[in-house]
Amino acid sequence: MSNTATMSGSAPAASGPAGEARGPRPRPFFTPKKIMLYTTLIFFSLYFLFPLYVMVSTSFKTMPEIRFGSIFALPSQINFDAWVRAWTSACTGLTCNGLSPGFWNSVKITIPSTIVSIFIAAINGYALVNWRFKGSEIFFSILIFGSFIPYQVMLYPLVIITRELGIFGKLEAVILIHTIFGMPILTLLFRNYFASLPQELFKAARVDGAGFWRIFFEIMLPMSLPIFVVALILQITGIWNDFLFGAVFAGTHNQPMTVQLNNIVNSAQGTPEYNVNMAATVLTGLVPLIVYFVSGKLFVRGVAAGAVKG
Amino acid sequence: MADIAVKSGEEARDVARPGLLQKTFLKNLPAKIAALPMMATVLVVFVGCTIWTIYYSFTNSKLLPTGKFVGFEQYERLFAANRWNISVTNLLTYGAMSLVLTLGLGFLLAVLMDQKIRFESAFRTIMLYPFALSFIVTGLVWQWIMNPTLGLQGAIRNLGWEGFTFDWISNPRMVLFALLIAGLWQGVGFCMVLMLAGLRGVDEEIWKAARVDGIPTWRTYISIVLPMMRGVLVTAVVLIGSGIVRLYDLVVALTNGGPGISSEVPAKYVVNYMFSGGNIGQAMAAATMMLVTVLIIMVPWAYLEFGGKGKRA
Repeated sequence: MSNTATMSGSAPAASGPAGEARGPRPRPFFTPKKIMLYTTLIFFSLYFLFPLYVMVSTSFKTMPEIRFGSIFALPSQINFDAWVRAWTSACTGLTCNGLSPGFWNSVKITIPSTIVSIFIAAINGYALVNWRFKGSEIFFSILIFGSFIPYQVMLYPLVIITRELGIFGKLEAVILIHTIFGMPILTLLFRNYFASLPQELFKAARVDGAGFWRIFFEIMLPMSLPIFVVALILQITGIWNDFLFGAVFAGTHNQPMTVQLNNIVNSAQGTPEYNVNMAATVLTGLVPLIVYFVSGKLFVRGVAAGAVKG
Repeated sequence: MADIAVKSGEEARDVARPGLLQKTFLKNLPAKIAALPMMATVLVVFVGCTIWTIYYSFTNSKLLPTGKFVGFEQYERLFAANRWNISVTNLLTYGAMSLVLTLGLGFLLAVLMDQKIRFESAFRTIMLYPFALSFIVTGLVWQWIMNPTLGLQGAIRNLGWEGFTFDWISNPRMVLFALLIAGLWQGVGFCMVLMLAGLRGVDEEIWKAARVDGIPTWRTYISIVLPMMRGVLVTAVVLIGSGIVRLYDLVVALTNGGPGISSEVPAKYVVNYMFSGGNIGQAMAAATMMLVTVLIIMVPWAYLEFGGKGKRA
């Protein structure tokens, strides 16, 4: 109440030097300021929504409809042909099996990569906070600094390493690479989270004689559920959306969905089928979008957590 | 006598050794074992692979990394290469525009979102969802929208505006702006979320004081609140900056470097020479230049942000 009073009191003062009366605060609608505000927001929303609309509406059209109609137009009828073709028979270079193999490859890459990378990062964070040893902070600093090195710098040596390990061109290689490059941000997340927990808990467990692993599995892990969810969102979307590692390390038989999608659209022979292309694009974007809409505010927390460092 | 003395001395050392061992290796052993993956990643990947790349940038390796040491020859060739120079110019132009516009629009949208508006979470959802998508998806959608005949240009011409041109994707002079539109579409929402968190973190008392002093709202944002958000701003600049240097997927999906080589970027140059060009030495030299660029951005920031923290570590 006092807040509104100050605000309405200061409104004339605020608009005074500007010359024009900018409408007092109490009347909340249809002031010029509000109209400007919402117009700008809606304009930007259209910019953000337009591609989604185009993607979905194009995927339901037939090719003649696309050729003779407008990109703005709604499809005359909901037609799932393009979706079926994108899923089962669109051509990715040599083979014509659609996106479904890519989808399953992405699933096979994303699930183990997410689990392994989060598990390792949780242990790292725990060791860094509660079991500091000589040099642990130096390792951590290099890890964080390393996350800014462009991937291209480390790409070729990693190809050699995975080849020597005998996993190049297999799913294991992609999983290993995702675990490596997910480590900096996830370790940071878990380290900050464990550091924010009350240390008395850890000390009490130590006094009771619990060791490194017991404290980790019985106390720390059950308590880190919130940060687990954040890490999960971060990793699922990040790994699903990856293109470079999948293209380099997965080999031709294990290409993830993003790589297959790019092949379908950009190296297709003959006349391009835009409806199939867009259906394939929607299908590829579906998993991260579902994660985004289901997780809601947690997604924001996840991406912001990645940003708030130190 | 002497024998015994020596023996006892050795014994003493033998006793001392486990002590030393215990100090460096056995103390906290489970933690050290648990941290092995992290240590391996740091030493092998972040340090080892980087050094490997720098070393081989000084060799004339072609298909395999077996070349001889040739000094700065690869770098001389790199800077003489038309394609590399175009890539660098593109990255600088795109980077400058992208950085300024992402920050500017992100801040503007955050300020608008901060006006106690209705449907705030709906607006936020709309602005942030592109960030959840792959650059490949973003690139392909915009490629379709910017299709000169069937996309936006064709649709608006069919509406009766015959002279309307939006052929940026096939116009060498405008193609960077096409990339920019797609890049901003994906990244601005994220910047807005960061900035909004920064705005919300500013003490309410500051606002009250500014109101009492009769400072206009926009002035308060620019001159008082913005400087107070230094931490968020620096974070945003570093994140956007490192994303720009890595720019690869979006170019591959949207233009694949075309038309011609007019939208090539350094990351793509490296990958192309590494895998299809079969010139490892050249690719490593280009990768090293990317690393140097990142270091030029990162070192001053790390010095400012963590300079004081170094003592604690």
